[in-house]
Amino acid sequence: MRKVYISGVGMTKIGAHWNQSLRELFAEAAKKALDDSGNLTPEALIVGNMSAGELDNQANLGAYLASYIGLTGVAAFRVENACSSGGAAFHAGYLAVASGIYDIVLVGGVEKLTETPTAITTAALAEAADQEYEAYFGASFTTLNALVMRKYMEHYNVPYEKIANWPLLMHENAANNPYAQLPFKVSKETILKSPVIADPIRLFDCSPTGDGAAAVLLISEDKLNEISMDDRVVVAGVGMATDTLPLGHRESLLTLNASRIAAEKAYKMAKITPKDVNVVELHDAFSILGIISLEDLGFSKQGKGASDLENGKFSRDGEIAVNSSGGLKARGHPVGATGVYQIAEITLQLKNAAEKMQVDNAEVGLAHNVGGLGSAVSVTILKRER
Amino acid sequence: MSVPRYWREIPHHFRLVGTVCKNCGEAFLPPVKKCQKCGSEDLEEKEFPRVGKVLTYSIVYAIPRGFKNQKPYPIALIELENGARIVAQLTDCDLTDIHTGMLVEAVFRRITSYGERGIIKYGYKFRPIMEEKPDQE
Repeated sequence: MRKVYISGVGMTKIGAHWNQSLRELFAEAAKKALDDSGNLTPEALIVGNMSAGELDNQANLGAYLASYIGLTGVAAFRVENACSSGGAAFHAGYLAVASGIYDIVLVGGVEKLTETPTAITTAALAEAADQEYEAYFGASFTTLNALVMRKYMEHYNVPYEKIANWPLLMHENAANNPYAQLPFKVSKETILKSPVIADPIRLFDCSPTGDGAAAVLLISEDKLNEISMDDRVVVAGVGMATDTLPLGHRESLLTLNASRIAAEKAYKMAKITPKDVNVVELHDAFSILGIISLEDLGFSKQGKGASDLENGKFSRDGEIAVNSSGGLKARGHPVGATGVYQIAEITLQLKNAAEKMQVDNAEVGLAHNVGGLGSAVSVTILKRER
Repeated sequence: MSVPRYWREIPHHFRLVGTVCKNCGEAFLPPVKKCQKCGSEDLEEKEFPRVGKVLTYSIVYAIPRGFKNQKPYPIALIELENGARIVAQLTDCDLTDIHTGMLVEAVFRRITSYGERGIIKYGYKFRPIMEEKPDQE
């Protein structure tokens, strides 16, 4: 296996981009990533996307996007793994370069969620759950997360006020992110008084729906040696794992087993432990997923995520900076692009180029992307190489 | 959901038919091809017990398509007497009475009236069982 490096990243601001089509949005991110990498020409394009078929009636995204950005002829395909489509596309891109088949691979993610009525968008996203046994009976994706949240709160005796610290921190962080969909602070009172969506989940526990695209360019060590690159960001570890779709088939609702397995693989490959990580972008589609993920990734003991959060452990100047971008909650969650945003954000941190989001002395970063309610998880560890 | 897909699920949705592992006894609904606990492929289809208890629940206010006229409604993760855990709606109960550990039983109900492709969807919901009180006489 060869070493794989990230030579460039690009992101669009997340929001309702009614003046840009799916491919235009993607092209903006792709151009930024290619410019950032000194205009290397990719040999392959791998794109993460969940719902272009349902919401844009557009399939065949590999060729559709490759040709639009002038890459006609390259190998190209779409990866779909629900909300972790972006992380899975990156995983595939890593394998493509590490294997020696390609030297330069563009990995992108793109999603457009704002041009269909909310009910249609929600139904498309709910396809991540088991259609015959969960959606059939009226369980939306938010509902399933609510089942997990109540179980967690009752089991560990954690009050909502502690969980509400999650959106509080995410909004505080997003205020520094020029690409964030919700770049503003909110008060604790606003969170506590926000409408109930699926009890105990309130509006501010949910990530917003938005349009966005992100791209990163992966290159081999051989290619890296041909060009000059000062800030080297290497892919130090990757891990991916799955779990059952039906919640009832799991032994516990208090943990996402796929997160644990994927993280363990990535830590082992990178030869590090959770203590070595400085910056994290984890998958907080709902507040409760943020808190459970802190535990599954090894940053908090089981049941202690909310307390550690309250004590400032995960703030930008804390022990481990978690979601300095604002996370899915406030940076936004353009589903298939989210995993690629996370990689791009960690890369900027390690290059000391994250501007107002910058975390001091960031050397090791971790990205954690969850599809379904933990049924497909990708974990990626990046390191700054000197 | 297409008509054949709806039709295929009738035993599971109407009669709570799932699979039970003949090796370790673990019960699954939806059915599985291989036991997720012990790995055995020796599974049999069985009608599941209709009584269980609520493990966790939610009251849903943001309603998916097809369920608007039921707003708000409760959804729970229920553990049946044979250990199988399934997600289902609760019915015939006051929202404020719902609690973890509540005993419930499966009943046959209409799930949505005019779903996709005009199918009237039926299946299981769960209602509370009157908990036995000591005789007052």
